[in-house]
Amino acid sequence: MAKPKVAFYWCASCGGCEEAVVDLNEDILKVADALHIIFWPVALDFKRKDVEALSDGEIAVSFINGAVRSGEQEEMVKLLREKSGLVVAFGSCAHLGGIPGLGNFWTRDTIFRRVYKETPSTENPEGTLPQQKTDIGVGELTLPEFYDTVKTLDQTIPVDYYLPGCPPPPDLIMNAINAILAGQLPEKGTVLAPSKALCDTCPRNETKPQKLSIAEIKRPWEIKLDPEKCFLAQGVICLGPATRSGCGERCIKANMPCRGCFGPVDGVLDQGAHFLSALASIIDYNDPEEIQKIIDDIVDPAGTFYRFGLPASLLRRTKM
Amino acid sequence: MDKFEPKIVAFCCNWCSYAGADLAGTSRIQYSPNIRIIRVMCSGRVSPLFVLKALSVGADGVLVLGCHPGDCHYIEGNYKTLRRIPLLKKMLKQFGIEEERVRLEWVSASEGARFAEVANSFTKTIKKLGPSSLGSSKQNYQEEKYG
Amino acid sequence: MRKITIDPITRLEGHGRIEIFLNDAGDVDKAYLQIPELRGFEKFCEGRPAEEMPRITTRICGVCPTAHHMCSTKALDDLWKVEPTSTAKKIRRLMYNAFVAEDHIFHFFFLAGPDFVVGPQAPAGERNILGVIGKVGMEAGGKVIKVRKGLRGVIQTIGGKVIHPVCGLPGGVSKVITEEERKDFIEAAEYAVEFSKWALELFDNIVLKNTEYVDLVTGDIYKHRTYYMGLMDENNKVNFYDGDLRVVDPNGKEYVKFKGRDYLDHIREHVEPWNYMKFCFLKNVGWKGFIDGEDSGIYRVAPLARLNAAEGMATPLAQEAYEKMYEVLGGKPVHNTLAFNWARLIEALYASEEMLELAHDPELTSPDIVNLPTETPKEGIGVVEAPRGTLFHHYQTDEKGILTKVNLIVATTNNMAPIDMSVEKAAKSLIHKGEVSDGLLNMIEMAFRAYDPCMACGTHALPGQMPLEVTIYDAQGNELKKLSRGIS
Repeated sequence: MAKPKVAFYWCASCGGCEEAVVDLNEDILKVADALHIIFWPVALDFKRKDVEALSDGEIAVSFINGAVRSGEQEEMVKLLREKSGLVVAFGSCAHLGGIPGLGNFWTRDTIFRRVYKETPSTENPEGTLPQQKTDIGVGELTLPEFYDTVKTLDQTIPVDYYLPGCPPPPDLIMNAINAILAGQLPEKGTVLAPSKALCDTCPRNETKPQKLSIAEIKRPWEIKLDPEKCFLAQGVICLGPATRSGCGERCIKANMPCRGCFGPVDGVLDQGAHFLSALASIIDYNDPEEIQKIIDDIVDPAGTFYRFGLPASLLRRTKM
Repeated sequence: MDKFEPKIVAFCCNWCSYAGADLAGTSRIQYSPNIRIIRVMCSGRVSPLFVLKALSVGADGVLVLGCHPGDCHYIEGNYKTLRRIPLLKKMLKQFGIEEERVRLEWVSASEGARFAEVANSFTKTIKKLGPSSLGSSKQNYQEEKYG
Repeated sequence: MRKITIDPITRLEGHGRIEIFLNDAGDVDKAYLQIPELRGFEKFCEGRPAEEMPRITTRICGVCPTAHHMCSTKALDDLWKVEPTSTAKKIRRLMYNAFVAEDHIFHFFFLAGPDFVVGPQAPAGERNILGVIGKVGMEAGGKVIKVRKGLRGVIQTIGGKVIHPVCGLPGGVSKVITEEERKDFIEAAEYAVEFSKWALELFDNIVLKNTEYVDLVTGDIYKHRTYYMGLMDENNKVNFYDGDLRVVDPNGKEYVKFKGRDYLDHIREHVEPWNYMKFCFLKNVGWKGFIDGEDSGIYRVAPLARLNAAEGMATPLAQEAYEKMYEVLGGKPVHNTLAFNWARLIEALYASEEMLELAHDPELTSPDIVNLPTETPKEGIGVVEAPRGTLFHHYQTDEKGILTKVNLIVATTNNMAPIDMSVEKAAKSLIHKGEVSDGLLNMIEMAFRAYDPCMACGTHALPGQMPLEVTIYDAQGNELKKLSRGIS
């Protein structure tokens, strides 16, 4: 039986997901042996014409990472969808929008203005901005269209499975690949990670009091972080309660609080709103003035609660 | 000429504010027809998600009404609301949504007149603010997920 | 007029494309390397709490996240005017050296290795990691995986995650090191030193003893006389973590030495409408276009540039290797772009040696890992040497430490103009009368690959080479000929 054909593609991505695949180390040889990797723009050839020449569904699985924020990326993922049996959204950016999703607090114009005109090291007296088409005398150069709004993968094409994480840890990646090879995948739409919240598997779980209550918010630099106590019990904002488990709590073990990269657990429509609700519930005051004081210390709620998931949220972006 | 008629969603808790709204009705007290009431058992049931959803599908303003502090039928529910709504308003500001579009008020079962007063004053506020225009950009907010 | 498009080139942040325009005689008029990607970190970080930046900016690059993490953490030290504890500095430097060593080793073996080890004229089918193994033995591949695993394990232990570490705090780090962990660090560092020595020997045997290759390295196709910049300690020895910035002119003379905080007195970025990435240049010399020489503000960064700008290496074995390189290449500064690859291995050795020193330091396991900030934050600038060049993070905040303005100069931006120039020069030297050959593909590749442009994730190539396609169109835009390599 022929080896299943597999493709890896990247949209607005940092490349960390690509590195995560390489970090499978020796396991990558088993993978390479069992699969026929036909596209991997970082490593193997990627040519649009090759993809176009395939028949629909000829690629068994396409792993697509990165958020969608340009015309070129959108075209490419639509093409891959046509040619693939399964599409897996690989990593936080494809799943939820990821860090590039924070661009949804702004627009293309405001971003361009800052990057190409306003930063103190930019020297641009003519106010030149990147153009989709530039005539350079001897010919024309083009750049892809840059969208105002960052989209998740499933806001662009139908997605079959999600591998969460920034980046997804090696064991989750191997589990997913093994499941594909064995033909034992769960129901479509599933996120390929446990359905528990992080608090359930967190090594600091035991130190979480029955009634968790925050009297004062502490930012991570304001106190010497206790390496064993639940962060919320220390007054430090940690998105554990609203975040899916499966990452191995790597950040927690390095003594830093969770920032939610795995996204929400099943059935939660909006991770940020969910966390807002949870955090507000454990504020230790009933007096409106005391409550307001604590709220003043909760800085950047939108950027903290939606750090990885702004495009996937209900509101998706700021008002334009 | 078209005058802007806001769409306002009001989440009312069963035991106090919904009864108060009822009383306004039976007492024939006039209040703004822009209010669409959704009854919940307790204001503590109002997840920030409900408010965001209402705004994202076109509500120009959202009212959350509950029992006066200390009077909650479920003892603590409205205290949770008291903490959630201000934090939500702070976050909405970051999305470009004016804080005034979401309001939390306490209305007891006997306060029919107060319910009407809150409804009317809030409608006036929203009329001045204008349409929220979130719901109108269907492209941004109304796309359902595929698959 | 004819246009040749090389699309895509990989191993760049996102995607890259080379466009070559021929005149009527079939010679190259102009060539452009375009980066079609932008995400806007300098804007969307506004409004974020500054202490989150070490965890946000790592997402600029998943191959060198530790560089951003460290630079950002140092910017926070400056922002809150807090000095990290002595132990914290050692932990940070250990982690950072492990990262630079790993990154350099990997680039050399998987990206550049095939050209060097197998030879630029070898058949395409052999110019890959399998060819490398065929030449030097099965062990080689295993060795690289082992050294990479060891070093990345160190980063993971200290930073929590190796891809997107989290431990940086203003005034220190978040986690204490245990004696058990120290043992692993020593083991990884010892192996890295051995490996780096072996890599340089390999380079000597297989590259330097190959006259064809030496001609390529020392020839004119890949040569540019530019300024060079790097971070130096007070003795003008290369330092990745801290120091002052030293710039030497194309003759090797010190042009200026300045503190990272004063970068705006010296560095500027130029904008072109055909590229999303900007082009750095020295402000006081000025932007004169994509040209070489003392009068052009173009400068280069990364391994060769650092060695050119320095007066030596801070560790003994690396110093020996440094002296040897300049002896062989005929003195300082060396302008030959391909020598970047040699300098890269020397830096890997230095990083490994320094890592080993730090791993033995008794202070490493002290519990005193953070000094809490007490000042009101306002403005902070952090500078480090990323493997690919000098990295700047500049933050301005309100009194609560919420970011109001962010400026970032990412390592490869410093080299963006030189990379363009190298590609154009290679194209002009190699394409004549409209004739294109397979050798051309590889040689243009080598021009930019030497810089190891940020996003070198093509590291894992199983065929071990970057696929290239060159399409030649006639003046009407009809396709005349297509050459490809690495395309199935």
